[in-house]
Amino acid sequence: MIPISYYLLLSAFLFACGVTGFLIKRNIITLFMSIELMLNGVNLSFIAFATRLQTLDGHIFVFFVMVVAAAEAAVGLAIIISVYRTRETLNVDRVNLLKL
Amino acid sequence: MHLFLFLLFGGICAGGAVNLLIQRKTINSALSLIVVMGSLALIYLLLGAEFVAVVQVIIYAGAIMVLYIFVIMLLNAGEEEQAKGSNVAKIFGIPGLFAGGIIGIWVLLQHRPAEQGVKIGALYGPADQVGWMLFNKYLLAFEVTSILVLIAIMGAVVLARRGNN
Repeated sequence: MIPISYYLLLSAFLFACGVTGFLIKRNIITLFMSIELMLNGVNLSFIAFATRLQTLDGHIFVFFVMVVAAAEAAVGLAIIISVYRTRETLNVDRVNLLKL
Repeated sequence: MHLFLFLLFGGICAGGAVNLLIQRKTINSALSLIVVMGSLALIYLLLGAEFVAVVQVIIYAGAIMVLYIFVIMLLNAGEEEQAKGSNVAKIFGIPGLFAGGIIGIWVLLQHRPAEQGVKIGALYGPADQVGWMLFNKYLLAFEVTSILVLIAIMGAVVLARRGNN
């Protein structure tokens, strides 16, 4: 038996790691992976609260978060491929113009 | 036993998350993200979320990360350049780290194990109940999700197509 706060602590740690990665990394693919890490942290707290409150709604929300993450990954990676074709770099500091 | 499993998988999860930050190569970050997602699936099982654990492995660790690794290999993403440490990061980051650590230790001291939780084996979120809720209470959201996925597929095809610019 583990108190809910341990899960929330792990969830907060994952979210903080995601934020840190988003701020310190420069590769656009790694930035995307940091966003996925943040979403995973949020999912963990959804599941932890669903268990605490004895309701299944949290599980449904996690399912929807996953679907949105999948859609985001598909579109985002397509955008990354498109950016790489036009600029030939993955460094976000060099992608500083909206239009070439 | 439950605490041991939680600490094991939580440790693997946190280690993978930190490894994602310190790795220089993109492919290593992606592989450590897969480790994070796999251990999170096991933590979901500890919490009794059977359906979510399976979906986590299939969608996240399976589909999404395969897509990431495809793109990393396609774009030949090697080592990345790291940003220089800014002063703002030092001014806000170090006190923030201390505050987070203190809150974490306080929570660990305040809440002892064996208060509440789900017993291992007593699965609480079985797939049939989740599916029932998905097709009754959340039917509209589920259908709207299918439109979202359809639009995302079309957007991905249009954006990644060659020769549109």
